[in-house]
Amino acid sequence: MSFSNADWWALFGHFLAMSMLAIGGAVAVAPEIHRYIVDQRGWIDDTQFSAAIALAQASPGPNLLFVPVIGYAVAGFGGAAVALLGMLIPSTTLALAATRWGRKRRESRGVRAFVAGMAPITIGLLLSTGVVLALPLARVPGAWLLIGATVALSLATRLSPVWLIASGALAGATGLV
Amino acid sequence: MSVPAPHSPGELLRVFSALALQGFGGVLPIAQRELVERRQWLTREEFVETLSVGQVLPGPNVVNLALMIGDRFFGWRGAFAALAGLLALPLLIVMTLAVLYARFAAEPMVAGALRGMGAVAAGLIMAMALKLLPSLARNPLRRLPCAVALVVTLFGVGGMRWPMAYAVLGVGGVAVLAAWWQLGRAR
Repeated sequence: MSFSNADWWALFGHFLAMSMLAIGGAVAVAPEIHRYIVDQRGWIDDTQFSAAIALAQASPGPNLLFVPVIGYAVAGFGGAAVALLGMLIPSTTLALAATRWGRKRRESRGVRAFVAGMAPITIGLLLSTGVVLALPLARVPGAWLLIGATVALSLATRLSPVWLIASGALAGATGLV
Repeated sequence: MSVPAPHSPGELLRVFSALALQGFGGVLPIAQRELVERRQWLTREEFVETLSVGQVLPGPNVVNLALMIGDRFFGWRGAFAALAGLLALPLLIVMTLAVLYARFAAEPMVAGALRGMGAVAAGLIMAMALKLLPSLARNPLRRLPCAVALVVTLFGVGGMRWPMAYAVLGVGGVAVLAAWWQLGRAR
């Protein structure tokens, strides 16, 4: 696939915007990344998108690392670098600039209203991420079972996610899902 | 008695690398245990305060947390040491997996394994959202407006695939205004 100059800027610009929208964390903007990169641009497909999130969940470290994996699937190592830098630059700059400002005004009505108002949106966005990942598997009956079991075990036990991811890999590799 | 603190940006880099490598499915719980309970660089209250400031800002919470803790001890050099520690080794690992996946994606076993992992990832993220639900009980916005904002966001973004800016600026904007009004009434 040929990736034009305009495409590079579009990719970088998209992640710059995602960085500023990522109020509930990087996973909360996954539906928007999917809408743009998969549905609108067609740079990668559903399978590659879900794989990027699954690989990041299977690796140690912050969940945000699904971003360079998507960048890599779109345009190789250059794409990974552009996506990660785009995702980091605006939010880190703002975090460094605003830390002391925010610490002083944490109890102000404006900041409290912002935190309170955004909380349900963040949870709605996280559930949307789950839906975006689950829908491509809608016709695989075993996948529903796996998703349901994961939700139940995560809520009811303190089992490390590593074991759940490993069980999912095993179930998939042996053709159960 | 001296207050425990990192001695150099290099120590921040090492400690954040170590805690990032232990963090499967989220680094925050590990960061809390390591920074507050074991090393005592921060009290529990300082940790929660730093985290709540980090949550107001866009960007991944744990990244903002690393920046703020690093900045607190060694200014911007500390901030970047903590950030580099948090990201460098995990990035190396996840990119290695990405390269391997791209090479073997056509193998039915690999494709199957990733399909299974994708289903688990979907479940893990849904469970994370469900675990956050009880925190809405103390939200000044009250239960019904919270539920409406949540469901409209899920319906719009997860169901109708609206651009997310509509949800964040539209629904979020209304919810923030409603919370502002409720906080004013409570005074």
